[in-house]
Amino acid sequence: MVGLLLVVAIPFVTNIILSFTKWAGIGSPSFIGFDNYIRLLRDGNFWVSFLNSIAMIVSMALVPTAISLLLAALLSDFIGSKFGPRIASFFRAGFYLPQILPVTVVGILWGWILLPSSGVLNSVLDGAGLGALKSNWLGQPSTALAAVMAVMVWFQVGYCLVMFMAGLARTDPSLTEAASLDGATWPQRFFHVIIPQLKPEIYVVLLTTSITALKVFAPIFVLTKGGPGNATTVPSYFAWQNFFSKNQVGYGSTISTVMTILIIILAMIFLKVQSKGQEH
Amino acid sequence: MALTSTSLKPTKATETLHAAKRRPKRGMAAWCVLFVLAVVLLLTLIPFFLAGLNAFKSAADYAANGPVGLPRELSFEGIISFWENVDFGNKLVNSVVISTAVAVSAVILSLLNAYAIGIGRIRGHRVLLALFMIGLTLPQEALVYPLYYLSKEVGLYDTKASIIIVLAVLQSAFGTYFVASVLTAFPREILEAAKIDGAGRLNILFRVVLPIIRPTLMVLGTFFFIWTWNEFFLPLVMLVSDSNQTVTQAMGTLQGEMTSDPTTTAGAALLGMLPTLIFFLIFQRTLTKGITAGAVK
Repeated sequence: MVGLLLVVAIPFVTNIILSFTKWAGIGSPSFIGFDNYIRLLRDGNFWVSFLNSIAMIVSMALVPTAISLLLAALLSDFIGSKFGPRIASFFRAGFYLPQILPVTVVGILWGWILLPSSGVLNSVLDGAGLGALKSNWLGQPSTALAAVMAVMVWFQVGYCLVMFMAGLARTDPSLTEAASLDGATWPQRFFHVIIPQLKPEIYVVLLTTSITALKVFAPIFVLTKGGPGNATTVPSYFAWQNFFSKNQVGYGSTISTVMTILIIILAMIFLKVQSKGQEH
Repeated sequence: MALTSTSLKPTKATETLHAAKRRPKRGMAAWCVLFVLAVVLLLTLIPFFLAGLNAFKSAADYAANGPVGLPRELSFEGIISFWENVDFGNKLVNSVVISTAVAVSAVILSLLNAYAIGIGRIRGHRVLLALFMIGLTLPQEALVYPLYYLSKEVGLYDTKASIIIVLAVLQSAFGTYFVASVLTAFPREILEAAKIDGAGRLNILFRVVLPIIRPTLMVLGTFFFIWTWNEFFLPLVMLVSDSNQTVTQAMGTLQGEMTSDPTTTAGAALLGMLPTLIFFLIFQRTLTKGITAGAVK
C-alpha cells in the first residue's frame, strides 16, 4: 500500500503539478498556469501524434479484432469440428507466437526485414521481378506509418485470437449447429450467431488493445524513432522526447497528463457501452 | 510397429469408406479453409524462420545470395559478434535477476494486499479495488519523470533495485485485483472452520489459503516474469549504464547498427527471441489459461 502510494500516487500527482510549470529538470520549476496546455493545442506535432494514435488503434485494436474474429470462427467452427481440436490449437499457438516476443525484438526483426538495401522484403521483391515496388519502407514519410501499422497487426492478432477462441469454447456449440440445420449459410452464422455470442470478449479485447495502442512506445522507438520527420510520432514518444532529450519536463508532463485523460475517457466509454450491452 | 501397421492397415477402399462414414462433412470447402489458414500461418511465422536462417550465414554469403536462400555453410559470425558487442551473457543475467525478483515480490505483495481486501474485508475495499484498476490503466509516461527524479534523489537511479521496486509495485496493482477477485469467491466455511479451530490470521493465510490458491499464484508469477522481461520503457529511463541493462533494452538500443550488418541483426533477433520461445514452450498451458482467466470474468 505504501509502495503504491510512493510509486503510483505521488508521482502521478507530481506529474499533474509539473504540467503547469516550466522546468528543465534542474533548478526549481516555475509555475506558468495553463500555458503548456495552450501550447499543446497549438503544437502541430501533438496533433500529428494524436492522429497517429488513432492509426495505432486501427492497427492494434480494430484490424486485429476483425481478423481474429474470422480466424477464431474458422478455427473452432470449421477446423476444430472437422480436423479435430488438436489441429485447431496448433494453429492458435502458431498465430499467438509473435505475442511472446519482447516488442523491441519485434522492432529489430521487422526493422531488418524492411531495410532499404539489404532488407528481406526488398530482396524478395527484386527476386520476384517486382523491383519497381521496392521502397525505403520505414525511411520515407509516405510508407513509414503504414509499415509500422502492418507490423503491429502482425504482432496483435495472436492476443485477440486466443481471447476469442477461449470465448468460443465457453459458448454453446449447439447454437451454431442448430443454425446450420436451419439452413443458415456460414456468413449468416458468423454474423448472427458467433459474433453476438462473443460480445463480452470483443469488448474486453477492444478496450485492452485500444489502451495498449494509446500507450505504444517501444515499437516506435525501435522502428522509426517517430520519424521520418514526425510521420510516426505518438504521444508517448513525444512525451519521452520532451522529458529526456529536450529537457522540457513541464511540457512533457502536460503531454502525459493529456494522454492519461484520453485513456481514462476511453476506458469509461467502453465500460458504459459494455454495461449497457449487458442490460439487454 | 511397422509390421502391425501394415497388417492392420485396411485396404484403401474400405479406409475411405470408413473416413467418409465417420466424418462425412469434410468436403472441399473444409480443405480449402485449412489450406488458406495454413498459408496465413506460414506468413505469420516467416519472420521467425528468416531470423533463424540468416543468423547462421556469413556476411559475405548474405551479401552474395540474399536473405532467402539456405546458408552455404554454417557461420556463427553474426551471433558471436552481437553476443560480444552487447555482452549478451551479462544482459541475460540482468534480465533473469530482475524478472525473478519482480515476479516473486509482486506475487507476495499481491497476496498480502488481496488477503487484506478480499478476506479481511477491510473497510472500503471496493474503493481500493477501483484505485488498483486505475493504477493499471495509467500510462507509465505519467509517472516516469517523478520516478526518475525521485530515484536520483534517493540514490537508487541506475540500480537494478530501482526497477525491481517500481515494477513490483506496478504489477502488484494488477495482481491485487486478480487475487482479490479469486479470494472473494473463496469458500467461507473453510475459513470459519479454521477460525473456530483457533487459527490466527497469518496462520489461516499460510496454512489454508495459500495451498489452495497456489496454482493461481503460479500463473500470476509467470505473467509477472514475462511482463518484466518484455518491459522496455522504464528500464530505458532508469537503467542507463551498460552493465545494468536487460535483454529487451539491449535490443531496443541496437538500432543504429542495423543497416551496417544484416547478419548481426538477424543474430540479435534470434538471441532476443530464444529466451521467450523457451518460456513459451515451458509455460504454454499456463499462459493461455492465464490470459483468458484474467481478462473475462
